[in-house]
Amino acid sequence: MTDQKPMVVIGAGHNGLVAAAYLARAGRKVVVLESRADVGGAASTHEFFPEFRVSSVAHLTSLLDPFLYKDLRLARHGLVFSKTHLKTVALDTRREALVFDQAHIVAGELSEGDRLAFAPFMLRMQRFAQLLGRQHGRVPPRLHWDQWRDAWPAARFGFDVRRLGRDDMREFLRVVTMAIQDVLDEEFSSDQLKGALALDALLGTKLGSRSGNTVFSYLHRCSGQSRLGTALPQGGVGAITQALASAALEAGAEIRLNTTVSGLQVTAGAVTAVMLGSGEQIAVSAVLSSLDPKTTLLRLLGARHLDTELAQRVQHFRSVGTTAKLHIALSGLPQFTGVQFAHVGERLVICPSSLYADEAFNPAKYQRYSEQPMMELSLPTVYDSTLAPSGRHVLSAIVQYAPYDVVGGWTAARAPFEAVIMQVLERYAPGIGSLVLGTELLTPVDLEERFGMTGGHWHHGELSMDQALMMRPVHGIAQYQMPVKGLLLCGAGAHPGGGVMGTAGRNAARVALKGLL
Amino acid sequence: MRAPREHYLEVVKTTPFHRRTQAANHLNLWHRWRDYTVADAYFDVALEYTALRNACAVFDISPMTKHRISGPDALAFLNRLVTRDVSRIREGRVGYCVWCDDRGQVIDDGTIFHLGHNDYRLCSQERQLDWLLRSALGFDVSIREETAEVAALALQGPTSAAVLRALGVSAVESQTPFSLRVVPFEGSSLMVSRTGFTGDLGYELWIPPTHAERLWDALFEAGMHVGIKPMGTHALEMARIEAGFIQAGVDFLPADRAIRTDRTRSPLELDLGWLVDFNKDHFTGRAALLAERAQGSRYRLVRLDVEGNKPAKDAYIYDDRRRVIGAVTSSMWSPMCKASIALASVQMPWGDPQDTLWAEIYYQKELKWSRSNMRCQVMSGAFYEPARRKITPPPNV
Repeated sequence: MTDQKPMVVIGAGHNGLVAAAYLARAGRKVVVLESRADVGGAASTHEFFPEFRVSSVAHLTSLLDPFLYKDLRLARHGLVFSKTHLKTVALDTRREALVFDQAHIVAGELSEGDRLAFAPFMLRMQRFAQLLGRQHGRVPPRLHWDQWRDAWPAARFGFDVRRLGRDDMREFLRVVTMAIQDVLDEEFSSDQLKGALALDALLGTKLGSRSGNTVFSYLHRCSGQSRLGTALPQGGVGAITQALASAALEAGAEIRLNTTVSGLQVTAGAVTAVMLGSGEQIAVSAVLSSLDPKTTLLRLLGARHLDTELAQRVQHFRSVGTTAKLHIALSGLPQFTGVQFAHVGERLVICPSSLYADEAFNPAKYQRYSEQPMMELSLPTVYDSTLAPSGRHVLSAIVQYAPYDVVGGWTAARAPFEAVIMQVLERYAPGIGSLVLGTELLTPVDLEERFGMTGGHWHHGELSMDQALMMRPVHGIAQYQMPVKGLLLCGAGAHPGGGVMGTAGRNAARVALKGLL
Repeated sequence: MRAPREHYLEVVKTTPFHRRTQAANHLNLWHRWRDYTVADAYFDVALEYTALRNACAVFDISPMTKHRISGPDALAFLNRLVTRDVSRIREGRVGYCVWCDDRGQVIDDGTIFHLGHNDYRLCSQERQLDWLLRSALGFDVSIREETAEVAALALQGPTSAAVLRALGVSAVESQTPFSLRVVPFEGSSLMVSRTGFTGDLGYELWIPPTHAERLWDALFEAGMHVGIKPMGTHALEMARIEAGFIQAGVDFLPADRAIRTDRTRSPLELDLGWLVDFNKDHFTGRAALLAERAQGSRYRLVRLDVEGNKPAKDAYIYDDRRRVIGAVTSSMWSPMCKASIALASVQMPWGDPQDTLWAEIYYQKELKWSRSNMRCQVMSGAFYEPARRKITPPPNV
């Protein structure tokens, strides 16, 4: 190859590693720059208490791109799932937990009407979600067509909607912008069921169950193309990035750890070099940034290299995180009220009604944390013995809402918020407090500090219709290629967004290789 | 000054020269320019124009929007804002410029005054503070509108230098076009820039409002024997068309006001390609303008010499085969050129100098409408540009 300058991937999170692996497999010289001491980014597993390890941010996967599994042979690189097709266990303090999977009620009390409505509703939502899922692997259409080739992706999307059939298309168009609570109220009477489904629509968003757009976020969450359902990687989510790193290295990529990027050098409208914190400069043929759009475009590149209106759109990309993570080292397995022993390792959710979810959200609107937060809990140690000493357990809780910009700051709010979470847990698992050996609370501010995502937002920015598809992160730059030549976005801030998918990295690598630079 | 919350009581502001302009305004003709009321004409449009071209005339430009841009990134900010290379406007110099939106469509034109190191004044026809502030993301720069803090007069015409000489401003001898000097004036300081909107020899004078009336009086006293007259916007309009200058809202629609996207114009479409520098760092609209350069523009601004003596007001422009290919945006009978002249926007590829274009002119004689199709010659450059405009030292008349 005549061009010896490498393609540089910034960030060794899952998307960065995926992009690096695909580029390296295509024979390109690839260097991955990672500021932390290990690969993984937000998709890591870390030790939070001596001998206790946990997935740092997301703790289950349902959206992982199946192409990666095949193309990059992740199984050969050591990725094993300790449990797949996890069921949802909707906790309730007064009655048996409601346990269900994608189409069946497994346990719990439910009215005859709700039981009959459940499977058709879930299957319909899955059909809609698959419609979104089919767009994941595609470069989003442009809103402004300069050439006919831009019209094709838009036409294909329209065709996919039409192909739902008359009834489904009408229903899809009716519900896609609605609030999840309104749709659930149309279908079901059980608060327990509605609460659990509402939580799925809201995790990782700054939205409540009565907010518009939440059917869309629900569909996004269900849009995974994986055949493994909701799954628990052996060794935590970090196992995925370890396997990806191994695949990237095998393909010939170089990964430089402890290497901070301080800026990008632009010459005549093209990125020509990456400047490192150490003062070193690396001449590049292209840069794929898996960092969030604001960090990439406003901090590393600089607004001055963008047009004014575009820079403003990026600045206004909504990325205020509201999701916190609590990790608890336990001396034994806690007892959750109404949960059979067989189900304790499944996905436990605390959101007893959709109203509960909305009330949990209300304070976040005013920069306060929930006094009654909703949670998704995982006890990975039930199926995975690698994470804690024998007989001990790890509880990993995703907790909402914990707004990034909490009034008074997180230094002051940390302890009272953790107490609130423990009180709620105690209600659902009486006695859990006495099992606690140690805890770690990661607020959005901590996530921003550790992993660099602006606002500590899990998806690098809200995943709502105004920031999705051809408008992710913002319109005009939704096709991975940025206006500055040789710079691509390959992270969760690009289509199709966040959730440990890797698809953004795969798509961006494809665009980079096509030579659209 | 009224208290901030009583601003509504003052619907239209008056400029710092108002007491003088009011006294001079025998016709009592006024119109509104931004927040201010200014004179359309003082005694006779034709005579005011004649004073401008044969002696000198004073025009109150205080309502012009003035922005002060300073700070470590002032130059970098301006270079990202406008299409030309601002680093080539040296300290003490003034430069004409345009700025565009992301689509490369002109928002406004204006002048950049390089007052000091990383200290600039940007003057524009339209209010631009919002756009400037939005463009400031990522720059260490301070941006302030200072329209009310600076009073200004344009002193234009062949005897304008003589007036300044009589006033004791010896700097005019060495002052080249588009340069600025600061001289003391009655305990204050007066900034003199050799700039203007008339295409003639002329200066613009910038002074704190406290000294505005004293400046007016001094000018008229110094100019008494060289024919100084006040001039309103009607006469200025004649001069600027003769000079071939374009005006926002007349010859192009500011892009931020356009609802219909095909109504706006790029700098290339306004014959301002010389203001676009693709070799400097990024500026807003660069990618769009590069694409336009590669693919071709949609429109072209042309300066037309129209047969006959009728102003081609709002005329459609036809090609040889009677197809409408554009329209006139500014037009007049030019006393200096002794010709009917017009600025027009035509579709590409029309408008080459050898093209024969036709203007369809409607005119009225004693309430009877008539129509004539007049052949137009495409001109290049200004219609009227006297040599004195560029000579240094300026000729003493």
